[in-house]
Order: sequence, then structure tokens, then C-alpha cells
Amino acid sequence: MKMENNWYTISVYSENNVGLLNRISGIFLKRHINIEGLNVSKSEIDGVSKFTIVIHTTEQWVQNIVGQIEKQIEVIKAFYHPDDEIIYQESALFKISSDLLFDERQIQNIIKDNNSQIVTVARDFFVLSKSGKRDEIDKMHSELEPYGIMQFVRSGRIAVSKAEMRISSLLEEFQHN
Amino acid sequence: METLKERKTSVKSKTTLKISGAEAIIHCLVAEGVDLLYGYPGGAIMPVYDELYKFQDKLTHILTRHEQGATHAAQGYARVTGKVGVAMATSGPGATNLVTGLADAQIDSTPMVCITGQVTRHLLGSDAFQETDIIGISTPVTKWNYQVTRAEEIPEILAKAFYIARSGRPGPVLIDITKNAQIDEFDFSYTPCTGVRSYNPFPKPDVTQIEAAAALINNAKKPLIVFGQGVILGEAEEQLKTLVEKAGIPAAWTILGLSALDTNHPLNVGMVGMHGNYAPNMLTNECDVLIAIGMRFDDRVTGSLDTYAKQAKIIHFDIDPAEINKNVKVDVAVLGNSKETLGLILPLINKTEHTTWHNQFKDKYKIEFDAVINKDIHPTKEKLTMGEVIEQINIASNNSAVIVTDVGQHQMIACRYAKFNQSKSNITSGGLGTMGFALPAAIGAKMGRMDREVVAIIGDGGYQMTIQELGVIFQHKVPVKIVVLNNDHLGMVRQWQELFFEKRYASTVMVNPDFVKIAEGYHIKSKRISERSELQSTIAEMMASKEAYFLEVKVEKEDNVFPMIPSGASVSEVRLK
Repeated sequence: MKMENNWYTISVYSENNVGLLNRISGIFLKRHINIEGLNVSKSEIDGVSKFTIVIHTTEQWVQNIVGQIEKQIEVIKAFYHPDDEIIYQESALFKISSDLLFDERQIQNIIKDNNSQIVTVARDFFVLSKSGKRDEIDKMHSELEPYGIMQFVRSGRIAVSKAEMRISSLLEEFQHN
Repeated sequence: METLKERKTSVKSKTTLKISGAEAIIHCLVAEGVDLLYGYPGGAIMPVYDELYKFQDKLTHILTRHEQGATHAAQGYARVTGKVGVAMATSGPGATNLVTGLADAQIDSTPMVCITGQVTRHLLGSDAFQETDIIGISTPVTKWNYQVTRAEEIPEILAKAFYIARSGRPGPVLIDITKNAQIDEFDFSYTPCTGVRSYNPFPKPDVTQIEAAAALINNAKKPLIVFGQGVILGEAEEQLKTLVEKAGIPAAWTILGLSALDTNHPLNVGMVGMHGNYAPNMLTNECDVLIAIGMRFDDRVTGSLDTYAKQAKIIHFDIDPAEINKNVKVDVAVLGNSKETLGLILPLINKTEHTTWHNQFKDKYKIEFDAVINKDIHPTKEKLTMGEVIEQINIASNNSAVIVTDVGQHQMIACRYAKFNQSKSNITSGGLGTMGFALPAAIGAKMGRMDREVVAIIGDGGYQMTIQELGVIFQHKVPVKIVVLNNDHLGMVRQWQELFFEKRYASTVMVNPDFVKIAEGYHIKSKRISERSELQSTIAEMMASKEAYFLEVKVEKEDNVFPMIPSGASVSEVRLK
């Protein structure tokens, strides 16, 4: 059991329920553990939601937390993975003044080098998007920062595991219990 | 709620009829076998109370004097009967007053359903009169909660509520029902819930784990069983007794496990934990295999985890997967209902005796008897002790009473010395340590088991936290016996101040009212004693009483409860004085 702090991604498959986010976040609150990233979306199974939660803690705590999450009535199954067991990304949007696009040659290079996309161009501003790992987004942020960023936002992590998450068969098992 | 529909049995009732949500609630409760509930009316729950009035022949509602009392009464009822206790309250303050009872039931795994009224749907979020977000407030202290905003949801949600409250590791469920959902009419039909697809309360026992556990037990030289409430909740008392006897294993209990095994059983070696018995605490750190059954390694049981049973292989039987390795890392985990798992392991267990090992418990008991027990129950000092009162209750009740305790010194003394010859007899607030629990819980316990003698043992502090429930005892003639062990102090806090805060007695002295007069005000037969010469005859008189009886016993003011493991110390650092 690893006792040092590490990054863990928790994937929670659940029924879609109005109070569940409150229940799950309460588990972290009770243990004084900060949620570093949170994303809720649909999953590969119809009617089943997926929470992706990123925390920085010990393996012992993450096991304890996953146990408590799985205990919630509407939770079907929860998994935790260190970073090397998942494929993961975050997504960021940068709002930049339109003048820069025309006045600063370097901006175009930053867009190209970072594999970023221009989402929209308006009279006053344009919006860049960048998906990737945290350090890739941070790199682009630091490159754009000297020119001025009007707005910046980064999403929570989304992740899929390298190993299988056997939710469908689990649901079938529950049905036949 | 399509998830609910998936695993229903198809026993739809034959006919449907249009009724109000409020009436539907009554029919749901009756269908779930509820005949008694505790509560307090108010604006947002009035339609349901109106139906309770009409269906008095089917459902008895007991008006407690505070909603907290309703929850503890429901808990007392649930703990003696094994059934789901039900409490009801209105929105706002009615609902928030349930929170302590919910938290208590959550940590002590008590099956309870609380129903609260809520402002009408279109007023939600408008800060309406007596609106409070009870779903948000109760989330961390409930096994499940849900807000019903449409009448049609009522049967399905209440069925699910009872199913969740009682199945697996039991716990409290709160259902908040908006007033419009109580008033609106719909086609009612009721189908009991038999499963929720995302919830698996019955983990299937793993045969390899059972075999691994059996091998450890069969090869053990110095095995120790520590059992908790999981044995009672799983109704595995017979299986536990058979295991203890067949394998010849000394068995100790957590405070909530008390009464699962006859206290006079030769292999019952007493309580573990902070004020537990000397032998099982000390020998926790000498056993070679520790068999934990339906208990959760609470810090009051384990003391310092760094020094807890490090030499032992640990087997953990529990129904809740989240309890495995939560506090103590175990070698073998057997998941499942205790009756089932113990039943499966019994045929694999060799018949053995561990006489030398068991003698170590007897030797240590003798040390504790001389240092503590004898002085507690056969005192030579002038003032009465709590211990001798409990001893007299044992004698007068023939060890067969339900003992309900509050929280503090009297609780530890009662649990140390009370004798039990049947299960579901020790009702106390273990995990949460809720002062004020005992009086209302005793009402619920008595109403749940009118055939049994119920004695509430309460301190002078906790008694005054829910003293208003004397009104219920008076109004409904609940023949419960109440013993207040009065030391004019918040005794346990005073003890800690003496031992760990250099005798700075901050706010622990109590100037108490005349408790006998208060009981008399409620027309409850009552008596106060302070002399040893009166003790035996008064307890006998109380136990013989056919009606409620209040007894105040003036006890030594500055007694301490020993043995004691100081907070955070090792289980083998037991102080005998």
C-alpha cells in the first residue's frame, strides 16, 4: 500500500439522481480532501452517469473513499486509477483580443505549435481551444500570458481506463441476484 | 425513477383507486407492517395527520414532545424488535430536529424511516415559511434520502425507503414529501420493493475466504472473538454461540454487541474498548488470531491503531465492504450476512478447547475483580455506587430485562455490569454518544416489546436533555422503569477533567431540580433513595410495579469509571485506577 500522496482518478458509474453529487462530495468534505477535478457526463451505458473525480492523496485514503462512494445506494461501481493506468485529458478555452491575432506574428506560431484550434473569431476577440494533459495546457497558457488573456477556463479531467470497466455485466449480475 | 421498476416482483395489487398522497402514505406504512409511529405535527405535514386521524384503527401515532424524541423512540423500537422504526415531522424546525436521531441511527446501523413534510412544490427555493433543505442537511446522516414532489411517486419511494432501511447494513432513510404531493390524488397501487439495481445489500460469501478463515481458526493457539452488533442485526446469535463453543474461543463484545451472547456464558469474557474489561483488552495484544464479527474497529474499541493486535492474524466478518480494511488491515475478509457466513464456516471448524489460553482471561478477570469490580458492586464506602444499582437490577430482573442507557459514566457502568440472557436487550447510543437518547428510546423499546421489562438507566445530565418525554409516558401509560443515577455532575466529562485537565471542572457541576417532583407532575410513581439499606427493596418495588416508575438514586458524586484506556493509548495500556 502506497503511503505517499499521489494523483488518483476516481471513476464512478451511477444512476442519474439529483442528490447524488451532494452525497459524493460530502464523502470528500468529511475527510477534508480537496477535489482537484470533477466532471459529470453520460457513460457508455444508456441511463448511467459517470463521475470523473481527481484527487491527490494516499492509496489508503482513495481506497477508503471508493468504498464509501460504492456504498451510496445509486452508485453502481467506482474505480480508482493512478495516472499510468488511464488515458486522460483536460480541455481549455482561451479568450484573446482580436488585435493580437493580426499584430503579433508569434500568436499564430503558438496556435500551431500547441496544436490548438481557433473556435471562433469575432470583431473584438477570438477563442482558442486546447485539449491535452495538464502540462500541455499550462505550457500554452504560459506562452500566451505575456500577450494578455482576456478569459481562461480549464475543464476537469476526463479519463478512460486502459483496463476494462465491466459495468454492463455487473448490472446484469445485479439483475439476476 | 425507471431504475426502481426493473427488479420488482409482479405482485401488483388487483385494483387501483384514486386517493390522496397523504392517504397513500398511510396505506404504504400499513403495507410495510408498520402499526406504530412517533412524530409531531405541523403545517407542512397536516394532510398526513388528517389521514392518521381517520386510520387510528390501523396505525397508532405517538405524539412525542420533541421530534428528537420521535427518532430515538423509533430507534428503541427498531432495536428491540428488529423492525423498521418510523418517525414523522413537519418541515423546517420539525425536520431539523430529526437530525441527531438520524445521525445516531446512521452510525449505529438502526433501520428507521423518517417522513417529513415539505412546503408545496412551487414554493421550493423561495424561502417559504418553515422551508428548509432537509435533503441537503440530512444527506451525510442518512443511508438514503429522497424528496417526493408528485403524489404518484409515493408508493414506489416509500417501498424503496423501507427496503433500503432494513436490508444489508441497516440505516436511516429520510423521505421529504411536498405538501402538494400529500394533497393531490392519484391511482394508488402498492408493490413492495425487492431490489434496486445499483444497490447490492447481500454480498455473496466467498468460499475461499471462508476456508481461509476456518484454516486460521483451526490452527490458532490463542484465538479471540470480538463480536459487534452485526451478530444481532444478522440474527446470528445461535451461530455465534455454536462457533464459540465448538472452537472453544473466548468471546468479547463491543458495546453494541452486548446481549448477543449470554453474559453468563463461560466463554463470554466481557467488553472491549475504552472502559471494557481488563482481560479482553490486554489479551487483544496477545492473541494469535483475532476474529472480528459484525464490528467496525471503532477508535473507542481499538485505541491506538499502531499498537492494535499487531501480532495477530485478523479475520473480519462483515456485511459492509466499506468496513473491510477501513481502520484495521485484515488478513481474511468474509463478506456477507453474519448468520449466513457463520453458518458456512461452522462445519469447517474443528472441535477444540483452549484451556490454558482461556485461563489467562480468568486470571486477568481476577485482577480486575479485585481492583475494580468488587469495589463497584460490593462497595464498602458510605455512598451508593452506580455499579451496585445495576447489580440489584440484575437480581430483581433475573437478567432478563431490556436495559436502555444514555451516555456517560452510568452507560459504561451499566454495560459493564448489566447481565443479559437474551439478545436485542442492550439499547444504547454507541457510535454517536447521544445524551438524551435513553428516555425516548426506552419508550420505543417498551412499546415494541410490551411483554418485556424495560429499564432506562440515565444520568442526571442526559435525563434533562429529553425529560419532556415523560409526557409520553404519562399520556400513553407506558410502563417503563426509569432510573436516574444522580451524581449532580456531568460525570464522564468531570472524570476526564480530573484525569487529563488537572481538575479544572469547567461546567460539569449540575445544580439539579427536584426530579421526583417533576415525575410527580406527570403523575408517574416516583421515589428518591440515597441509602444502601433502601436499595434492594426499592428496586424490587420498582420492578414489581405494573405501571411506569421513576427512581432517582443519589450516588457518589466523584466516582470514576475504571478500567480505562486513555484516549489514543494502546489497548494494553489499561489503567485500573
